[in-house]
Formats: sequence, C-alpha cells, structure tokens
Amino acid sequence: MKKKITRRNFIKVGGVVLSSASLGSALWPISSFGFSSKPRPRVVVVGGGFGGATCAKYIKKFDPNIDVTLIERDAKFVTCPFSNLVLGGLRDINSITHSYDALSSKHDINVVHDEVTDIDTEKRTIKTKGGSSFEYDRAVVSPGIDFLWDKVEGFSEADSESVPHAWKAGKQTTLLKNQLEAMDDGGTVVIVSPPNPFRCPPGPYERASMIAHYLKTNKPKSKILILDAKEKFSKMPLFTQGWDALYPGMIEWVSGTKGGIVSQVDAKNMEVHNEIGDVIKGAVINYIPHQTSGMIARKAGLADEGGWCPVDQKTFESTLHKSIHVIGDSSVAAPLPKSGYAASSEGKMCAAAIVTAINGTEMPNPSYSNTCYSLVGPDYGISVAAVYRLDGAKIIKVEGAGGVSPKDADESFRRAEALYASGWYSSITQDLFG
Amino acid sequence: MWVLKPGAWMLAVTYLLLIPLTSNAEPVTEGAILSITCNGCHGPDGRSTGAIPAIGGKSADYIEKAMLDFRDDKRPSTVMQRHAKGYSDAQIKLIAEYFASKK
Repeated sequence: MKKKITRRNFIKVGGVVLSSASLGSALWPISSFGFSSKPRPRVVVVGGGFGGATCAKYIKKFDPNIDVTLIERDAKFVTCPFSNLVLGGLRDINSITHSYDALSSKHDINVVHDEVTDIDTEKRTIKTKGGSSFEYDRAVVSPGIDFLWDKVEGFSEADSESVPHAWKAGKQTTLLKNQLEAMDDGGTVVIVSPPNPFRCPPGPYERASMIAHYLKTNKPKSKILILDAKEKFSKMPLFTQGWDALYPGMIEWVSGTKGGIVSQVDAKNMEVHNEIGDVIKGAVINYIPHQTSGMIARKAGLADEGGWCPVDQKTFESTLHKSIHVIGDSSVAAPLPKSGYAASSEGKMCAAAIVTAINGTEMPNPSYSNTCYSLVGPDYGISVAAVYRLDGAKIIKVEGAGGVSPKDADESFRRAEALYASGWYSSITQDLFG
Repeated sequence: MWVLKPGAWMLAVTYLLLIPLTSNAEPVTEGAILSITCNGCHGPDGRSTGAIPAIGGKSADYIEKAMLDFRDDKRPSTVMQRHAKGYSDAQIKLIAEYFASKK
C-alpha cells in the first residue's frame, strides 16, 4: 500500500522535496512549509475512543498548525454504544466498527496503531510497545476503563473468555452473542451489574432489554436475572415500565440489599454466589466487573487513591501532573456521567483548552451536554439528557434543564426516540470518525 | 511567525503562487464552545445525515426561534425541550449564529 506523505515526513525531507516541486503538493495548506524556525506545537493523544478521537479532531479544527498524534492500540474501533443492539440481533457487529482512516487522511492527524507502555510526565515523553517514542508539549490521556478482577472470589481475567463482560465492545460482544444463540430455551441469563461509578450507567439495563428482545423472539421460555450491587439505577422507572410492556415476567431485577451483591463468580460451574448465600446457576453469565481508570493512566500516576483521575474541571488538565489532560471515563468529572457522549463533549472542551493555552488566548467558559438513548425494544426508545456548565471550579448541571423521557409518553413518542437513537449513533460516530 | 531560513525565500515565493490559501482554523469563541457539543446528535457542523434534523446552514432566525420555542414549551419535541432549557437568550443567539455560519 502506498504510504501517505505526512507533514512530518515532508519536514524531514525538507529541501529535497521542495526542489523537486510538483508531487501534487500544491494542495497542501500554506502552513505546511517546513522551514519556519519555530517548531510546531505537539500534542499526543493516548486512546482513540469517544474522548480521544474527538479531542484530536477538534484540536485540528481549532488550530491546524498543531501537530496531533493519536496513539490507539486497535486498528478498528468497535463502539460500546449500540453493542447491546448487536446482542439483540438488531445490528451487525460490522455496523458498529469504525476505521481511523478519515482522521489521518482528511484531518491530518498522525494516527499510530500501537500500545502505550510508558508516559514520562517529567520528560514529557510517551513510549510504545512497538518501540516508538513521542515527545509532547501537551498530552491527552483517554484510555477508558479497566476492570478490577479481584472484587469477587474465584474469578480471574482469563475466565472472561467463558463468562464475558462485553463491557468493552468487540470480541467480547461477539462471544456473549454466540453464547445467547447457543443456549437452550428455558435457561436463565444472569447479568451482574457493577457498583458506581462505572461506564455507561443505563448500559446494563439496555442490555437486559436487548437480550430480552432476542429471547422473546427466539427462546421465549428463558429468563433474565439482573443481580445489581445498587439500590436503584439510571432511567429505572422508564426501564421497568418498558419491561412490563414488552417482556412481562421475563426480567427480574435484584437490588444490592436483597441479594444483588455478588461475592463469587464460578466460571467452571457457571454459578454466581451472592452475599446472602444463594447460589444461582446461569445458562449464560454476563459478569460486568467493578471498574477503575484505564491502566496507563494509573501507571502514569494520574489516578488518585480512589483509582480515578482528578482533573481541573475547566481544562481537564490533571491536578497531579502538568501539561497532561485526562478525559472520558478515566477522569473525575461528575456530575458528567461516564458516557460516550460526555467523553466526546469533554474531548471538545479539552481541545479548546489546549489550543487556547498553546496560543495564549482566552478559553471561554466551557459548556457540556449529554444525551444518552437506550433501546428497550426495537421501536421503544428512552433518553436522558443534561446541560452542564462550570460554576467556579465545579461542573454543575444547569438547573431546570435535562432529565429523562416523560413516564406517561405514548407509543409514538417512544418510537420517535428509538428513531432518534439511530440518528444519534450516525451523528456521533461521524463526529468522531467522519 | 514566518521566519524563513536564508535561501528558502525563492522557493517560498514559488510555492505561494502554487498553493491556494486553505487555512480554515475555527476560532475558539463562546459561540463555538456552546455549539460544538450539539454536534454529537446533529452531526459535524450540525450537518446530520441521519434521523436527527440537520441544523448547520439553517438561518440564524430559524434556529433561534426553534430553540426559544422548545425552551418555552411552545414547540413539542422529544429531547429538545430538555436541552433548550439549559441556555439563556444570549446563548441561544450565539448558537443560532454559529450554526447559521456552517453553510
């Protein structure tokens, strides 16, 4: 495959390329001249998900003269949003798989597929497994979440090959889907839902809905049991109303105090033990473990003792290390939820903060929003929305705005929100990868 | 700044003749800050190609009136009422002007 000549390569080869003119370089913007005496500011973004990819793209939007490198381990990105629709049989995994091609070809981002192994916050250098080293003036760390495997007895990371979490989309999603397809009619699907804070608060309940849709259509004698560490959950009245309407008697939810807290997951015998001594057999077990910030963020010393990364709430610059920003699920940004939409909103504000800091201009007061759709059924959508502003040093929800879909809405309202959920997906993935 | 190494001037001038000025940096304004978060649903520069209406390139008057009507519950919606209530008159004007400029 022909390698694209990047600006960096152009600078490297300098006069040689210039003197041989031509080369179709007439399309390059004026800023690509390689002989300015002032080096271009360098930003390195670690992690190409909703936070990182958005941030990289919007830095270039605000200032094409900044050199942006995006380091992402995987060649393709499979979105967690809409991965539950794959489980429900509404979507194919390919339809939620995205390429980074446009980020490099259209937006002039240096996309590197490699795994970051070390971030030296003193020397401002990032090293990768592949042996590359990148210096930065500013770095953005957006690694998503990692799992705490030791919070239940008898379970290790290797067991997720037979008891999938499917809380990072991709192979795990396909594995869980295959298990649902292989199970006999009449079995119980056990979903173990984690304590707060965790990625995508409505996710486990949309998952239960989508699995119920699949079972109702294909294995109607089966049941779903949600063992929850919590006493309540996101959009709870709307979900339970939807379950009663679409899947009566199929989904049972158990709160933490009623036996929802799981103490042991036995992958070999396909059993889940709860705190009050019940042993529950699952035909399929979807154990979603306790969560913490991405490993590389913790390794770089960006996380506090709670396991998450404290940041300045205006710029998302780490409060523990200068010139390095943490966005998305890994950061502490409540009341912003750990959602893809919030991560993308944070990525945009972080991009603005970085560009204004580099150029010595004023950063306006940031404005964030979140919109999360969940599908209860193919034509039954519900949503939660909020607008956030900075109040002093704290992010706050704008009072009077936001909230969940109305409880008394009619069928056409739910149908419209299901339609808008697909519009949401199409727009946000274009905003990231288009 | 444009500080060129000696000897590069001639090439630079040659290139200036060849290269169209394509710099399209977007300034970090209050309007942009308020508006870009909307792109998550309405698409990059508000130009959604999916089920959610595109707003990029619509007239500022249209967008402003729509937002005010959502906010004041004069126009029915699914989610826009909940969003519009998060913005002041002045902020809605800035958002309207921002998306109107995205032709």
